[in-house]
Amino acid sequence: MLISLDHVTKTYRGNDQPVVAVNDVSVEVAAGEFVAVVGPSGCGKTTLLLVAGGLLGPDSGEVQIDLQDPYALSADQRARFRAERIGFVFQQFHLVPYLSVLDNVLAPALVTGERDAADRALALIDRFGLSDRRNHRPGQLSTGERQRVALARALLNDPRVILADEPTGNLDGENSEDVLQALQTFANDGGAVLLVTHDPDAVAFAGRTVTLDNGQVAMQTGQEKVASD
Amino acid sequence: MKISHLVVQEIVHRRLNFLLAVFGVSVAIACLVGAATMLNAGEIQTEQAIRESKQAAEKAVRKSKQAAEKAGKQLQDEMRKITKGLGFNIVVLAEDEDLGAFHAEGTPTKTMPQEYVTRLAKSPIVVINHLLPIVTRKIEWPEAKQTIVLTGTRGEVPQAHRDLKKPLLDLVPPGKIVLGHHLHTSQNLKPGDTLTLKQRKFEVLKCHPERGSVDDVTAWLNLEEAQEMLGMQNLVNAILALECNCATVDRVAEIRGEIAKVLPGTKVLERGRKALARAEARNKAKKSADRAVAEAEASGTRLMADAEASGARLMADRQELTSVMVPVAMIGSFAWIALLALGNSRQRRSEIGILRAIGLGSRQVLVLFLGKALLVGLTGGAIGYAIGFLAGSRWGAAVDADLYQARWLVTALLLAPLLSAAASWIPALLASRQDPAVVLQEQ
Ligand SMILES: Nc1ncnc2c1ncn2[C@@H]1O[C@H](COP(=O)(O)OP(=O)(O)OP(=O)(O)O)[C@@H](O)[C@H]1O
Ligand SMILES: [Mg+2]
Repeated sequence: MLISLDHVTKTYRGNDQPVVAVNDVSVEVAAGEFVAVVGPSGCGKTTLLLVAGGLLGPDSGEVQIDLQDPYALSADQRARFRAERIGFVFQQFHLVPYLSVLDNVLAPALVTGERDAADRALALIDRFGLSDRRNHRPGQLSTGERQRVALARALLNDPRVILADEPTGNLDGENSEDVLQALQTFANDGGAVLLVTHDPDAVAFAGRTVTLDNGQVAMQTGQEKVASD
Repeated sequence: MKISHLVVQEIVHRRLNFLLAVFGVSVAIACLVGAATMLNAGEIQTEQAIRESKQAAEKAVRKSKQAAEKAGKQLQDEMRKITKGLGFNIVVLAEDEDLGAFHAEGTPTKTMPQEYVTRLAKSPIVVINHLLPIVTRKIEWPEAKQTIVLTGTRGEVPQAHRDLKKPLLDLVPPGKIVLGHHLHTSQNLKPGDTLTLKQRKFEVLKCHPERGSVDDVTAWLNLEEAQEMLGMQNLVNAILALECNCATVDRVAEIRGEIAKVLPGTKVLERGRKALARAEARNKAKKSADRAVAEAEASGTRLMADAEASGARLMADRQELTSVMVPVAMIGSFAWIALLALGNSRQRRSEIGILRAIGLGSRQVLVLFLGKALLVGLTGGAIGYAIGFLAGSRWGAAVDADLYQARWLVTALLLAPLLSAAASWIPALLASRQDPAVVLQEQ
């Protein structure tokens, strides 16, 4: 299993009332799988993604990414672990506004510092049809182009897992299609994709769908039945 | 790609933020360097003023010393002239001498005991010296049919309490005669010749050059011979003496008083008043020249003290100004940079969130912010140094001096990044501690 969440619970302890955002959720994504997480707003999808991404420690339950519990690592080791194994894609793109397209794609290499990073970045930029845009700033790009830059960045270090939070939420049909196609390709190449979405088109790309409600798994559909013991 | 690339790109992207921060550092460093330059200029200015006033004082002292030396020389000259030309200037006459007759005749007519000279010589009198008893009378030189002044002199009487002085008038031995100018020229005599005076034979000892005075018609004999010839055994007409350079204003009165203590009733006359008055003027000139030296020295000391004091005042003023200005500028700049850095770190929350999510460590985020702070500091330090140096040189220097000091350039280039980094420290720390999960959820 590349992604394994086992009886994960996460409670936000706010000012007044604690909110149980994820309540005893178990999800597994194997290599080559594309799993969509759906559910009403506030059901805990983003929280689940952050827990899976090594960014938000669960209160209880077990997290394993590529057979490694990120929360067993020190903060610095966990950061490096994220850089090497996980690619993130967000609805808001989260590009660095003052860096060029190329530099944005290269940002994960700040951590891993691999020498051929520039070549891989250029190849990814070419693959997403951004070659003539590589010296532009994010502000000069269309939303579709921005999300493709974010995708290229997520793929730079050849991660094992991609966690995407509504990556098509701000995109029109054609651009959504491109992004979903890229995620599909990533999964086909042996990666694991966990996609949080409201978009029915996106759900259609996924091999399996997990529906959350009020922090709990309400339903799982798809070709493969995930064994949850 | 390196973190430094991100630092530079961010600076280029948010130029205003960078420029405002650089401005803040520049102001602080300019104040510091300006103050230092001004203080340095003040020190140089003060040193120069002290040096100049010292030179002026030394020059004045030198000049007045030269004047004093000259006055001293003139006084000596004058005294020498008087002693030489005038010979004796104090005449002690018998108590019954008729001064009217004395002045009319040019020679004294009354006598006093020769023993008076001994008394005067043995007394501790200091106002006169070179005591010389004489007998003198206007007589006919029957053999030459001339009126002459016959003067008998015995040589000086040594004073008891004084060293023997070189005599002003030499002793004339018995049988010899010394002739004034008119006498030896009219009779065609020269030293070694013999002549007859009142049936006595004398050998000419010396012929004086022309003096233009009664000396020209005077013949000097041995005292005892003269006393015999004039029938004045053990008597003298006058005692000649030379006045010492007395200090008191009324010299003659002082001399009279002193002599009267020894020889009551004698009359004391002074001759050659004019020459002495001149000597006195010289004496006064010498004294005032000496005083001028002392005054020049005193005023030089004052001048230097003034220069030093005004330098100290200048420095105190500047120090007072800078001791307020520099800390205010530093604190203000610190607060300004801290505010800008805080604003910058807030503006970059989302950027930092994603960078942390894709793997940057908190230390790298710290470097990202502090790197910028160092660049702000270096740039601001360089600009601030240039402005401060120019301003400090322009407003601080009344002198034309090289005010460049390497240590202030080094200080500026070290202190400015330090100031900027210190002010940015807290905002940088806050940014690096930011939880990426919180940021990513805020969308
Ligand atoms: N930092 C937080 N502190 C307290 N409560 C939080 C915090 N973040 C999220 N929540 C709450 O936790 C629950 C789950 O939030 P989450 O963002 O995971 O929902 P979501 O399914 O992603 O919603 P959406 O579809 O609108 O993005 C919500 O009720 C939300 O109000
Ligand atoms: Mg969400």
